[in-house]
Amino acid sequence: MPAVSKGDGMRGLAVFISDIRNCKSKESEVKRINKELANIRSKFKGDKALDGYSKKKYVCKLLFIFLLGHDIDFGHMEAVNLLSSNKYTEKQIGYLFISVLVNSNSDLIRLINNAIKNDLASRNSTFMNLALHCIANVGSREMAEAFASEIPRILVAGDTMDSVKQSAALCLLRLNRTSPDLVPMGEWTARVVHLLNDQHLGVVTAATSLITTLAQKSPDDFKTSVSLAVARLSRIVTSASIDLQDYTYYFVAAPWLSVKLLRLLQCYPPPEDTSLRSRLTECLETILNKAQEPPKSKKVQHSNAKNAVLFEAIALIIHHDSEPNLLVRACNQLGQFLQHRETNLRYLALESMCTLASSEFSHEAVKTHIETVINALKTERDVSVRQRAVDLLYAMCDRSNSKQIVAEMLSYLETADYSIREEIVLKVAILAEKYAVDYTWYVDTILNLIRIAGDYVSEEVWYRVIQIVINRDDVQGYAAKTVFEALQAPACHENLVKVGGYILGEFGNLIAGDPRSSPLVQFNLLHSKFHLCSVPTRALLLSAYIKFINLFPEVKGTIQDVLRSDSQLRNADVELQQRAVEYLRLSCIASTDILATVLEEMPPFPERESSILAKLKKKKGSSKLFVCKNNGIIYENQLLQIGLKSEYRQNLGRMYVFYGNKTSTQFLSFSTSVTLQLNVQEKPVDPLIEAGAQVQQILNIECVSDFSDAPILNIQFRYGGTLQNIAVKLPVMLNKFFQPTEMTSQDFFQRWKQLGAPQQEVQKIFKAKNQMDTDVSKAKLLGFGVALLDGVDPNPANFVGAGIIHTKTTQVGCLLRLEPNTQAQMYRLTLRTSKESVSQRLVELLSEQF
Amino acid sequence: MRFLLLFSRQGRLRLQKWYTAISEREKKKIIREMTTMVLARQPRTCNFIQWKDMKIVYKRYASLYFCLGVEHEENELLALEIIHRYVELLDKYFGNVCELDIIFNFEKAYFILDEFLMGGEIQETSKQIVNRAIESSDMLQETMEEYMSKPAF
Repeated sequence: MPAVSKGDGMRGLAVFISDIRNCKSKESEVKRINKELANIRSKFKGDKALDGYSKKKYVCKLLFIFLLGHDIDFGHMEAVNLLSSNKYTEKQIGYLFISVLVNSNSDLIRLINNAIKNDLASRNSTFMNLALHCIANVGSREMAEAFASEIPRILVAGDTMDSVKQSAALCLLRLNRTSPDLVPMGEWTARVVHLLNDQHLGVVTAATSLITTLAQKSPDDFKTSVSLAVARLSRIVTSASIDLQDYTYYFVAAPWLSVKLLRLLQCYPPPEDTSLRSRLTECLETILNKAQEPPKSKKVQHSNAKNAVLFEAIALIIHHDSEPNLLVRACNQLGQFLQHRETNLRYLALESMCTLASSEFSHEAVKTHIETVINALKTERDVSVRQRAVDLLYAMCDRSNSKQIVAEMLSYLETADYSIREEIVLKVAILAEKYAVDYTWYVDTILNLIRIAGDYVSEEVWYRVIQIVINRDDVQGYAAKTVFEALQAPACHENLVKVGGYILGEFGNLIAGDPRSSPLVQFNLLHSKFHLCSVPTRALLLSAYIKFINLFPEVKGTIQDVLRSDSQLRNADVELQQRAVEYLRLSCIASTDILATVLEEMPPFPERESSILAKLKKKKGSSKLFVCKNNGIIYENQLLQIGLKSEYRQNLGRMYVFYGNKTSTQFLSFSTSVTLQLNVQEKPVDPLIEAGAQVQQILNIECVSDFSDAPILNIQFRYGGTLQNIAVKLPVMLNKFFQPTEMTSQDFFQRWKQLGAPQQEVQKIFKAKNQMDTDVSKAKLLGFGVALLDGVDPNPANFVGAGIIHTKTTQVGCLLRLEPNTQAQMYRLTLRTSKESVSQRLVELLSEQF
Repeated sequence: MRFLLLFSRQGRLRLQKWYTAISEREKKKIIREMTTMVLARQPRTCNFIQWKDMKIVYKRYASLYFCLGVEHEENELLALEIIHRYVELLDKYFGNVCELDIIFNFEKAYFILDEFLMGGEIQETSKQIVNRAIESSDMLQETMEEYMSKPAF
């Protein structure tokens, strides 16, 4: 279709756009644009006043240039001038420009508001609509201040045209979202609710949107809308398709209005009035019935509109949670959708059923679909649909099906996308603990988790399994035996070594009678893994060894030899060295009685709330900052996704980097290198990544001295013949090498005084970027790496922390004080350390997080 | 609705409408992420993506991807139909609309959008009324003759 034949396509604009499209390179495009900008600038500055048409054309060109992605720093004045033209097209372009390029210059704002005021008062509905649109688009505080009281008046005035009423309603809606305090609803409430009875369905639609938002903030004020909404909905749902004429969309009666009315009703509990309630129930039943009728059209628009209303009705039924009959019917309907041809419907059905699963009326009905959901998990191609299936399995899990569901989730875990593994691990751990009748099953499940997805089994999970084993006599022997067998595997995950080491250390005696798991065999098994493990694991193993010495005197000599060896006593790591030395000494000088007392079996842990649940909740809402957390996706483009998981101890860190090939072609000659200020040792990565596959690379990081720049990971590979080069900053910051240090209030103040020299203290006062919440702040500080000290600061609202930054060459002690000022929405952060650059860097990093 | 984006299969942005106040930098970031994410979707996957704290609803019409960012409570299927309604309106106005029409008449595309969506909500669901409004505003514009007699730069 010829592109410029319609009405008023400005010829000069069309030519300009053509020129831009014909530019062969980015440089020539920029050149052409700059030429035009110079042209326009000169025309605007020129002596003769431009006519309206020319002004409109140039303003439109500027708009085009801006939307292409280039910055525009002039033209606002001319655009504002266009507003006062009485030619519609000129006004229109002026409004479009200022809505897109919002300017905060106060003179301009005054002029714009003036123009809007004139248009609002003009009684010309087209001009009024333009003005209202502009207010809704820009929605600035200044506009709200100027017009918020005028608009409700326009909305409810008897002589306002329908189209203007609609615009006014939605404009008010926008203003209410951005500046709720300025919108004076009080006196207009009743009249606004009355709009639900309007003859014009467009007005009713706009009013419903407005009322829904207002009702969310003050439901009592809009209670009267419920009966009107039910009446309206009832009329629509029972109407013949010709009644609503143009408001019928592909044979569905007013779908948008229906959905909005159903949403409005979700702001309120089920109506108390019985006749109203039964009318509403009838409505919902009619909607559910219609879903069973043969479709009136084959077009997808028809089914989308019909099902949109159906899903919203189901959402209302779930929200009310009061009519068992409706809930069961809703569940059955969703069950049908679970097997529908269309992926969208299967997705939405899975999502909707999740909420249904938690209702006591429909929980059993939901469970009947378990096989379908499990099948979806296995066969769906779309990973987001599979995820909904996992969510639903988790929601429908109870004592009757927990074993089956956990088994299915474990099996899914083997092939699940890396980005969702941690969540699945947490969910399985929670379910296994919640529904364990027989704790041997629980132990098996967690060990399976470690075997399948060890990297994603966080500390909370394996601490918990140990806590439970310690607390339950009946499962200790089983745990020892199972862990012993699991450790036989040639390549077992380090988390398994941790759990195994701990459990054998405590309960190895329960299986020591069998020659196949004699003390010596147990020790050799553990020690065979020793050199493959990281420092924290080795430390745990050393503790297990001294426990063995206590439990099994016959292996004391063997273990002492190991402890005595140079690799232990002269180990580079301070913690390992200390443990080896102290345990060796203890084993030599302590009598068997004393040893037995020191190494007595761990007492049961006090029952505490599971931290796993808390972690799952946190995961759902975490943002993508890495200063206070260690896992997530650091880079993504059309071809490649890079995720990472990292852990740190003192001055060492280990990072698992995952590279995911998002395309359907192999990556060849895949290689990486790291540029840095730290010591980074890379394990080699596979040079070939298959289509759709993920590979892992391990980076070992050592902090040599304090640093301020993040290391850069350079990636190179061949994709379909072209060489790709990507550079990504690795989120390794100084605070990753922070070790929290507990200390008494006295110690703290003593050290604080010692670090009193001016260059040792760095202070920063800054505005809070996020909501100021005590728990969130606490979590951020802990995530940052400090130990939070209670009772040190006289003001309980302040936070005090301490920690040590570990580098290869030095340890830097750090003291911290964060003072929130909620009234001013600001913080004062003070850091005192023995090294100025460290104080500076830590303040920089931490202030960004608040 | 928080935003509406139209982009081609090569990732060139043809239209952007924002219904919340965010910085230019943030807009550019969202545009980048949306185009990457949507263009990477495999065929036969569903039209909905859960992203940060909102839902993304997208649909492809010929060479253009229409992409909406909507609040968590919004009805996904209706969001798809909002996209369809917009395409219908464009089609009626331009007669068999194609990407070039939107490129050369971008301001018209915005005006049509504004006739039926406002502040992120659907304003008018009657196709007739919207078409009439667009046509009548067209009549306020110049005739073909007037257009041809205007300077070419």
